[in-house]
Amino acid sequence: MSGRVLVGVKRVIDYAVKIRVKPDNSCVVTDGVKHSMNPFCEIAVEEAVKMKEKKLIKEVVVVSCGPQQAMETIRTALAMGADRGIHVEVTGKDYENLGPLQVSKIMAALAKKEDVLFVILGKQAIDDDCNQTGQMTAALLDWPQGTFASELSMEGDKIKVVREIDGGLETVKINTPAVITADLRLNTPRYATLPNIMKAKKKKIANVKPADLGVDITSRLEVLRVDEPPQREAGVKVETVDDLVARLKEAGRI
Amino acid sequence: MAAPLVRIFSKSCRQICRPWGACQAGWRSRSTHPATETSTDQGVVSFPPLQTFSEEESMMREAVKKYAQERIAPFVSKMDENSAMDQEVLTSLFEQGLMGIEIDPEYNGTGSTFFSSILVIEELAKVDPSVAVLCDIQNTLINTLFSNLGTAAQKEHYLSRLSTDMIGSFCLSEAESGSDAFSLKTRAEKHKDYYIINGSKMWISNAEHAGVFLVMANVDPSAGYKGITCFIVDRDTEGLEIGKKENKLGLRSSSTCPLNFDNVKVPEKNILGQIGHGYKYAIGMLNEGRIGIAAQMIGLAQGCFDNTIPYTRQRKQFGQRIFDFQGLQHQIAHVATQIEAGRLLTYNAARLKEAGRPFIKEACMAKYFTAEVASLTTSKCIEWMGGVGFTKDYPIEKYYRDCKIGTIYEGTTNIQLSTMAKFIDKEYDH
Repeated sequence: MSGRVLVGVKRVIDYAVKIRVKPDNSCVVTDGVKHSMNPFCEIAVEEAVKMKEKKLIKEVVVVSCGPQQAMETIRTALAMGADRGIHVEVTGKDYENLGPLQVSKIMAALAKKEDVLFVILGKQAIDDDCNQTGQMTAALLDWPQGTFASELSMEGDKIKVVREIDGGLETVKINTPAVITADLRLNTPRYATLPNIMKAKKKKIANVKPADLGVDITSRLEVLRVDEPPQREAGVKVETVDDLVARLKEAGRI
Repeated sequence: MAAPLVRIFSKSCRQICRPWGACQAGWRSRSTHPATETSTDQGVVSFPPLQTFSEEESMMREAVKKYAQERIAPFVSKMDENSAMDQEVLTSLFEQGLMGIEIDPEYNGTGSTFFSSILVIEELAKVDPSVAVLCDIQNTLINTLFSNLGTAAQKEHYLSRLSTDMIGSFCLSEAESGSDAFSLKTRAEKHKDYYIINGSKMWISNAEHAGVFLVMANVDPSAGYKGITCFIVDRDTEGLEIGKKENKLGLRSSSTCPLNFDNVKVPEKNILGQIGHGYKYAIGMLNEGRIGIAAQMIGLAQGCFDNTIPYTRQRKQFGQRIFDFQGLQHQIAHVATQIEAGRLLTYNAARLKEAGRPFIKEACMAKYFTAEVASLTTSKCIEWMGGVGFTKDYPIEKYYRDCKIGTIYEGTTNIQLSTMAKFIDKEYDH
């Protein structure tokens, strides 16, 4: 094994932006809207860079799938300390239909090609909230997975993952190679310092197409309609418990 | 009836037009020196808008924006109240590489460009103009002086410190010499291979934390300003006394102190550049520093504006948002235009300097105009916020207090205007 780690990063609409739906209800407005790296992807990059600094791994390779603008996201990861980048070029309609299944096929192909120790991704993207790519990638590769990681440590050639689950924390030890997904409390991502931004300019970003990896990215899903969440309506005050029960029955809730 | 009128009108129009046309042609050739057109490989000429940034510049800007919001904003109010810069802020400024933007990586600097510094200062000023001025003085005055004039030994000794943990101060003004800078009285007497400096300086920014001081002193008063020389004085030099910091109206967390030199012994090797050339260096550096201050002022104005508009969109009176009253809309649009104009003046001056073209008049225009814009913006913003604008619970009043110094330091507005006039006069010489 190479001591190499593959980090997937996604370019999403910035978390602080107010999302608006296009008037034709086909999708959300993305033109001219501020984009940045998915926060969970930042955490994944940070973890990989930290492990490299501790000399637990040798190289951090960051990959993003998308149009030309995805390069910005890769550069940001390079400025955080990743060693090199891979831009998988997907544009136009293909990009609009790109979902977890397609990305996980690409990640699986790259993971094998780069002969990685493990793949680390954010647990989910803040635009689609799918929480599927990591799990699908592991399944396609038939590799063990440590998802919702809030703590990672190397123990010999195994990885100990503390996972955040509904009931609390679960610790698993998995063999490498593996797929990890990062959860919120794994770490606090660093800022790209100005000197690192300058250094990132010299780092290489390779350009590949899904076809080059032998991946078919046709989607089996079709988005029919996108709507904004219903406007929150005012509540109603009731006087007595009987009143409350009657109203709930009326609304068909009980 | 109309026809004859039209004929008369158009005839007189033509008579008016001709001299005006000549005026225009003449004016065009006398304005900012046009350069040869830029062209791409295909021979197609392209002129990108002034707000076009390289990828590096964009990334820097984003990084500093984020950093300022998260690591400086929480401290701003407290620093202003206590009139003290927090150590955490100082440390993180160095950590982020913001104090050595143009310094070569050989000396632990960031190795970026002047325009990047301008963008950094603008972004910092949106959050705290005091932090911005600290960064500005370090980058545009101190670092530039050392980089341009330093001997190999001086650069070796100071540049790597300046980019990692040492702050510098630029000491020109005195109690009796502000705008009339060259009448400074601080004296440096030569003895063998060292100088003895006596005198005092006033209004020295960063002095509280500075590790090195660039002191303008006169080695030969009989030669007038041609005796002014730049000396490098370390903080712990015996005889250098840093006075109590001023209790200021604005920019309070930036320390401004008087300095006293009591027989301060400075070795000859600590002269920066050449003896008697100090006045040239001061003018040269201040021309560039001017653009930095313009960036600070425009960042201040924008930051103040950005904190105000959301309030106007939210606050309702008489059943509608106050933003929707035409009176307010017109004021807001006017201020926004002024800010945009100021920003373009600043960016253009910076690009001119980077291109190695004459930029002094444009730098003066940028500094003068943006200081005025900052005053206008902050004053209007308080009005738009109404009562809450007048309280310290909101950040607006701080911007209002901070902006005033813009018309005063690094060359007062009157000095800028006079300098501009001198250039304009020369333009019509031939």
